[in-house]
Amino acid sequence: MSSRLLKLSAAALLGSVLFAGAPAFAETVLHRGNSGEPQTLDQAQTSINIEAFILKDLYEGLTIYDAAGKIIPGAAESWTLSDDGVTYTFKLRENAKWSDGSPVTAQDFEFSFKRVEDPKTAAKYANILYPIKNAEAINNGKAEIATLGVKAVDAKTFQITLERPTPFFLELLAHQTALPVSKASVEKNGADFVKPGVMVSNGAFKLISHVPNDSLVVEKNENHWDAANTKLDKVIFYPIDDQAASVRRFEAKEMDLAYNFSADQLERLRTSYKDQVHVSPTLATYYYVFDGSQAPYNDVRVRQALSMAVDRDFLAKEIYRGSQIPAYSLVPPGIATYGEPSKADFATLSQLDREDKALALMKDAGYGEGGKPLEIEIRYNTNPNHERVATAVADMWKNTFNAKVTMTNLDVSSHYAYLQEGGKFNVARAGWVADYADAENFLALNLSTNKTFNYGKYSNPEFDALMQKSYAEEKPEARSKLLHEAEALLSRDQPVAPLLTQADLWLVSNRVKGWEDNAANEHLSRFLSISE
Amino acid sequence: MLAFVLRRLASAVPTLFIVVTISFFLMRFAPGGPFNLERPLPPATMENIMRTYQLDQPLWRQYVTYISNAVQGDFGPSYIYKDNTVAELIGKGLPYSMELGLYALLLALIGGVTLGTIAALRQNSVLDFSIMSLATVGTTIPNFVVGPVLTLIFAIVLSLLPAGGWGDGSFSYLLLPMIALALPQLAVFARLTRGSMIEALHADHIRTARAYGLPPRIVVITHAMRGALLPVVSYLAPCAAALMTGSAVVETIFTIPGIGRYFVLGALNRDYTLVMGTVVLIAIFVIVFNLVVDLIYGLLDPRVRHD
Repeated sequence: MSSRLLKLSAAALLGSVLFAGAPAFAETVLHRGNSGEPQTLDQAQTSINIEAFILKDLYEGLTIYDAAGKIIPGAAESWTLSDDGVTYTFKLRENAKWSDGSPVTAQDFEFSFKRVEDPKTAAKYANILYPIKNAEAINNGKAEIATLGVKAVDAKTFQITLERPTPFFLELLAHQTALPVSKASVEKNGADFVKPGVMVSNGAFKLISHVPNDSLVVEKNENHWDAANTKLDKVIFYPIDDQAASVRRFEAKEMDLAYNFSADQLERLRTSYKDQVHVSPTLATYYYVFDGSQAPYNDVRVRQALSMAVDRDFLAKEIYRGSQIPAYSLVPPGIATYGEPSKADFATLSQLDREDKALALMKDAGYGEGGKPLEIEIRYNTNPNHERVATAVADMWKNTFNAKVTMTNLDVSSHYAYLQEGGKFNVARAGWVADYADAENFLALNLSTNKTFNYGKYSNPEFDALMQKSYAEEKPEARSKLLHEAEALLSRDQPVAPLLTQADLWLVSNRVKGWEDNAANEHLSRFLSISE
Repeated sequence: MLAFVLRRLASAVPTLFIVVTISFFLMRFAPGGPFNLERPLPPATMENIMRTYQLDQPLWRQYVTYISNAVQGDFGPSYIYKDNTVAELIGKGLPYSMELGLYALLLALIGGVTLGTIAALRQNSVLDFSIMSLATVGTTIPNFVVGPVLTLIFAIVLSLLPAGGWGDGSFSYLLLPMIALALPQLAVFARLTRGSMIEALHADHIRTARAYGLPPRIVVITHAMRGALLPVVSYLAPCAAALMTGSAVVETIFTIPGIGRYFVLGALNRDYTLVMGTVVLIAIFVIVFNLVVDLIYGLLDPRVRHD
């Protein structure tokens, strides 16, 4: 049976390869490298961006990102927001259809959102939709699903009521968890609705085949309302988690796009492929967190001194070869509603001046040379780049403070499990990639009430109060100001030392047209085309 | 012989049981879990997930559930690749790994035995020296070096072969991963064959055969080879099991959709059920190939015949 299975799949693949190669069909195919195998194609189970790339091609949410990473209308053609800022009324497109030809209805969205919040679904990103009235209570099993603040007013009118005004709600709706499922399909097929041949989708593409760890093929969805403007006939996603293998397949011209490659390849690739190499700063911060529950890290001077003594330029240029950017704020640049982040005041100083200041602060606190000995353990998750960063930082602290620095690494799962369970540590590496383009998403990591993400147990009532005020503030400018004030406190207290703003590295073949780098790292295939 | 086979298969049951039990508890005692990600999940979400996958139950109950399901052939859903059960993932990937592994095994076996025999017949000659140097190189250069170098030469510079993927499953896609996979094993087979062949050629019965004036080809192939192959055959079992259950390294380098990577990925991701599934599979392969090899051994060496 196994050999028949093999022959079948080989034949299917052969068919698609021949199909792609035959000039008579003149098919336009995008060969899209995706840096890993999707764990699921269920919008309620998804959690990583390699799934988002596929799901957003297959499905269309109420709002979507355009090629430049800006929010534009998707399945909804327009919407209104009530004066109190809590009720959105979406008008769905009259000609929005599922790939089986049936209309996309408000009932589908109501069903989808309730499905995500249902505790039985166990959706990983249920919290993306928590701003919706009762969502969190439902997801925690404390309220009935029927009470969720979503309502199909009629087939094409969908109403969402929020707990409180949420200025970034339209961003949340573009997250892959907020993509709709076909109510009819899920009710009929159950968990199998994600399988090729079964899946019904409303995006620009539909699922054709999926061989795990080999390829996932989607074809243009002729029933999509904007199909006339979809230029690609087919997109083949290659789930290659090995970065070197991915680069090799791009170099062999087997792929048009390759996502994420090792930073030490950057120079070589730039020489060979010039403007086909894209380094695009993204909404992600690489930081070290101090365990504020213990001495000496409960002393703000020690944290400031340690943070100042880290030469971020060295990390960015020497270790990451310019593929990452020095960071002095937890919130990365590139968020339209926030503007320039509130950086730490030492950002403007030269590294030498920072070191002088750091020494003085450390002396003040009574540690380092002439004071109590400084013994620091850096914890990080196993990864060659993290190891290089930790080694460099250890060196900087040794040289500046004569500190004794040790390093401990665990695999990613153990590392984060330890931090999440409130384990004691000195300094630990962490990273945060934005779920949505808003400063709040980064700042909320340090709320004293945030038991999961606040690894350093930072607790500052002033900070908490500013954040609470920002949640109630409806005016964008006033809200942005409150968030900046909150970030200024973080930049002063340094519960975390932001080190680098991460960048997405892409190889984009000259054949691909319509590509735009953007901080949201959103690249829907429907906006791309191929020209020889 | 049938009794022997049945006895061996019966003794495999407790072996499998012990393997499964040890793996189950080793996996669970590793820190972290399948849902501890770089991006930690909110506690309520974690609770929902734990309940859904019955990970909130006491370990002994999870173990009993696992064993009773596994006995019925249900290895559970993959915790990481959620759209598939473990059986589906292995079912889809195994044919790729087995096909590639089989070709690599044939290449390693035929190539290794041939080279080893030639080296033994020309002992201490330049040819022997070259073959053995190559074999040393083959065992010492890891396939994560050989693989990329082969790709660089044949796919990127010469554009003769694909850089990776299974494609249509044609030979052009299989050639490079097959070589990368076979090379270290080929070297082992060559060294084993040379050593035992030299020994065999000095045996009394070979000297007698020569004294009778038998043609050298008959002496080597019919008489010496039989004894010389014994260590090769012993090595065949672990080698075949390893090659046919896929290599994480080669499958990753050449982006082959086999199961080799599931073992490693599963362990790293704490995908308990997937790891258990691959462990059981590998254990079965090892048991079966060992049995096959013992039977072949009997054919080659009358002293260990299983009557």
